[in-house]
Amino acid sequence: MDLRELYQQVILDHNKNPKNFRSLEHPTCASEGYNPLCGDRINVALEVEDDVIKDVAFTGSGCAISKASASVMTTLVKGKSVPEAEEVFRQFQALITSDLNAPVDVQEAGKLAVFAGVREFPTRVKCAALAWHTMQAALAEEDKKISTE
Amino acid sequence: MSEALLEKTKMGPVACPIDFFDVYGVRDDFPILRSRVRGKPLVYLDNAATTQKPLQVVEATRAYYEKQNANIHRGVHYLSELATNKYEAARETIAGFLNAESAREIVFTSGTTESINLVAYSFGRANIKAGDEVLISAMEHHSNIVPWQMLCEQTGAKLRVIPIDDNGDIIFEEFETLLSEKTKMVAIVHVSNSLGTINPIKKIVERAHAFDIPVLVDGAQAVSHLKVDVQELGCDFYAISSHKLFGPTGIGALYGRESLLDAMPPYQGGGDMIKSVSFERTTYSELPSKFEAGTPNMAGAIGMATAIDYFTGIGYDKLESHEDAVLRYAHEALADIPDLKFIGMAKAKTGVVSFVLSDIHPHDIGTILDQNGIAVRTGHHCTQPVMERFKIPATTRASFALYNTVDEVDRLAEGLHGVLNLFK
Repeated sequence: MDLRELYQQVILDHNKNPKNFRSLEHPTCASEGYNPLCGDRINVALEVEDDVIKDVAFTGSGCAISKASASVMTTLVKGKSVPEAEEVFRQFQALITSDLNAPVDVQEAGKLAVFAGVREFPTRVKCAALAWHTMQAALAEEDKKISTE
Repeated sequence: MSEALLEKTKMGPVACPIDFFDVYGVRDDFPILRSRVRGKPLVYLDNAATTQKPLQVVEATRAYYEKQNANIHRGVHYLSELATNKYEAARETIAGFLNAESAREIVFTSGTTESINLVAYSFGRANIKAGDEVLISAMEHHSNIVPWQMLCEQTGAKLRVIPIDDNGDIIFEEFETLLSEKTKMVAIVHVSNSLGTINPIKKIVERAHAFDIPVLVDGAQAVSHLKVDVQELGCDFYAISSHKLFGPTGIGALYGRESLLDAMPPYQGGGDMIKSVSFERTTYSELPSKFEAGTPNMAGAIGMATAIDYFTGIGYDKLESHEDAVLRYAHEALADIPDLKFIGMAKAKTGVVSFVLSDIHPHDIGTILDQNGIAVRTGHHCTQPVMERFKIPATTRASFALYNTVDEVDRLAEGLHGVLNLFK
């Protein structure tokens, strides 16, 4: 496949100028995700009020795929209710683990569609999923570190 | 490459890197190097992780299973005797390769990791107690950190670390300061897998022995690049892996000074390591069987010895000058790439070029190079403390073996320009 499918412009842009790449002053929950395989480390913090994600941000270091994925994630779940955010997470997971030949419904996948290319790179699926699992852990109020390994 | 950098690495300009070493003839012995990966000819630059295997090793392993297999040291039958002889001949080969005084000083293990664990468990638990210190360096692979950490946790001993400088050399004065009566073991890598640094083992041993401190050397990365002579180095233990030396995985060896091994308690109990067993009392075998409980990896030992014969048959002089030329060429070619920074510019280096490129994460670099058929390692290389030392999460590492060519370095450089283009 063409590398451009994995490293789409959208991903490169998010990597260069990630959205919500900052610390939160008053997080209500947070978690650290770590991929021991490559050393990617990401912190996701959320401010949840009345079951609504009022703010979400991330810090840490990682590859373009993990950083762009975290960036897109924050833009998608901000302002959503926790169950809505979890639904987006499920959509994302379904997309990156779907069959390689399965067509991607760009309409339905929306902003997530850019990550469809990850399916061709099994070693990189974990990079794309790291931020999402970390957010999930934070939301589950799991205080402990989670790991994609 | 800048003049200053050339001076620093003692690397002169490359004249003709492959004039008297037939690298293409050698490549013919390694079938996997003819592979195409992602539609491109494979460029295998991940030799510090594991090396490829020549046909001779594959054939020896095959011949063992086809014609020689039986359990060793037991049967009175023909095949058992044959397999035993082959296995013990392999031990002799390794003893000769490391220039041990006798084959009794060579213990077969599953690899460097087990060799180090053997010493940490057996020597460590018998000789190291609360308040003692174990001295390692800041450039150790996790396999020469964790066994000592575990020992320290169990005994109450303390792990001390020799710092390294910005070039990736150990700071020798700091090492000397750290040595004391409390130090009961110095465990240090010969060649760093993430920086390529060659440590001054002989000098380290001299200083440690002045305090009667034994020295264990992790030789995993060294033996495929340097001629190693344990008597010349003076070290007490030397740990190696076959798979980093063109041999099979799952086999390696520990060299140990006979007087030390003799005094050490067994590491694992089982068959083959005993003289006699009763429920009241067991007496243990002599060296080296004492440390080889259970049926060993016979095919592996034979494959390892075959790899050593193959490798030493080429001749160290030819090999070293070829490898030096390729490494020098790699430093030069990569220094021309904008925003590339080498990690590890030690005075003496072999086999490894580690670098960071702009702010592009090594994982992305690795994926893009892979699409061009180029295999490199990206990440922390099982040396997380080294990454912390240089304040980076990871590096991209190209590591070379005797079969790599300057053309392959050109492919790597081309690939890295492609990475920069994609990310610009």
